[in-house]
Amino acid sequence: MSHGNMNLTLKVWKQKNKDSKGRFETYDAKGISPDMSFLEMFDVVNEQLISSGKEPIAFDHDCREGICGMCSMYINGRPHGPKGGITTCQLHMRSFNNGDTIVVEPWRGAAFPVIKDLAVDRSSFDRIMSAGGFVSVNTGNAKDANNILIPKDDADTAFDAAACIGCGACVAACKNSSAMLFVSAKVSQLSLLPQGKVEKQDRVLNMVKQMDEEGFGNCTNTGACEAECPKSISLENIARMNREYLGASFTQNKK
Amino acid sequence: MSKKSGFLSSSIGKKFLMGLTGLFLISFLVIHVTLNSFIFFNDGGATFNAGADFMAHNPIIRILEIGLFAGLLLHIFQALVLTLENRKARPIGYAVVKGSANSSWYSRSMGILGSLLLLFLVVHLSNFWVPTKVAVFNHTAHDTFAGMKAVFSQWYFVAIYLVGVISLLYHLLHGFQSSFQSLGLNHKKYTPLIKALGMWFSIIVCLLFAAMPVTMFLGIIK
Ligand code: HEM
Ligand code: SF4
Ligand code: FES
Repeated sequence: MSHGNMNLTLKVWKQKNKDSKGRFETYDAKGISPDMSFLEMFDVVNEQLISSGKEPIAFDHDCREGICGMCSMYINGRPHGPKGGITTCQLHMRSFNNGDTIVVEPWRGAAFPVIKDLAVDRSSFDRIMSAGGFVSVNTGNAKDANNILIPKDDADTAFDAAACIGCGACVAACKNSSAMLFVSAKVSQLSLLPQGKVEKQDRVLNMVKQMDEEGFGNCTNTGACEAECPKSISLENIARMNREYLGASFTQNKK
Repeated sequence: MSKKSGFLSSSIGKKFLMGLTGLFLISFLVIHVTLNSFIFFNDGGATFNAGADFMAHNPIIRILEIGLFAGLLLHIFQALVLTLENRKARPIGYAVVKGSANSSWYSRSMGILGSLLLLFLVVHLSNFWVPTKVAVFNHTAHDTFAGMKAVFSQWYFVAIYLVGVISLLYHLLHGFQSSFQSLGLNHKKYTPLIKALGMWFSIIVCLLFAAMPVTMFLGIIK
């Protein structure tokens, strides 16, 4: 339970819209319970701002239980704050101390333009998915799922990759704003399974092409993405994508 | 053909080339450090000069040297392209970045380490490669060992070489294992071995290189 409420100073990025120039704004967060989540702390601050007739801070959120990937906040120099393996909505205020100053910035990257304040446009991820992040299935009766046998190891590895929630923390953490961890997780999750294998060449070529067109940077294997990913997606996925891309580039039988 | 140029202009293709040229340069380092270690026989450079003379005149080595320069130029050119593209990918940076929480400083400094290496290489080539070429061109005998002693009798050259070797150490500590990942080689069993091999390779090669100017300056190698 509560160990006494905290008073904090927030330095938050405020930006009117995509085209305007943003700046930091300082806020006092008073009487914050250590049991609150980071987003609940923002709710309290926003309530106070609204009741004093000021504009609240815009931020993205949805599930508030670590599964939707919306709560993009770059807190004190790290995506999703100081703890590993969690999203911002899973971060509790007990990870901070009374009197702390907390700097909160939006994800930064040419492919993630700021919409307002801390909310960024991640539709570049959606366009990468539309380029190949699917399996094509004929309409009609659904087949019995157990018709296709899948080795346990493959199923597990695919499932680990499928844990990616598309939050973009990997891009935010990367000094090059590279989206390799996200894209490789999506490529792997499908290409490891028999249903996804048939389209794996087109998939990797098209998804990487779209990734490059969106203006993400080039991977230099610093490993920052893996360390900051709330779902601990492994760098092995990036190597798998590199292999698949090489193979597909040189063996795909199309013009 | 269009497919191939597509591969090399993609982000993954560029990294692939980076990894290949990096490994190629590493293979050169193996030969370079082995041959130079002949000075540790401490026989007044007799063994070392014989080796250097062989390298300077052997036609196969001459052809490989062209490949080496081509590989180095490709590596540097790709490094420049990648670095510029990566800058563009984040037009507005963060006010606070805690990089140490998620990655090593040298993995984030490959461009700077590489640029230091390039500056060092300019000095290094003008110290040794240019005089050897002039001698071969003029068909005169060349005592590379004496050249080494002359260069390493000056403290500022020793200092420049140590900075160069330290840059190489950190460039390799990240680069060796990174090149395997870029080539798509990541394996539960072999990747830990590659990482250990990369670390020991980097440390041993750089210690040997560092020992050359130091032992000559101190007069241990005569
Ligand atoms: C003896 C000389 C050199 C060796 C043995 C070497 C080796 C390597 C290796 C193995 C890599 C990793 C490639 C990968 O991750 O796929 C690398 C990356 C890199 N090198 Fe070099 N390099 C040398 C010289 C240089 C020079 C002179 C420069 C710059 C002018 C440079 C700049 C870079 C950059 C920017 C990277 C990218 C980092 C990355 O992608 O991980 N290197 N180098
Ligand atoms: S790989 Fe991890 S950090 Fe990147 S989008 Fe997926 S869950 Fe988020
Ligand atoms: S709000 Fe859904 S993951 Fe945080």
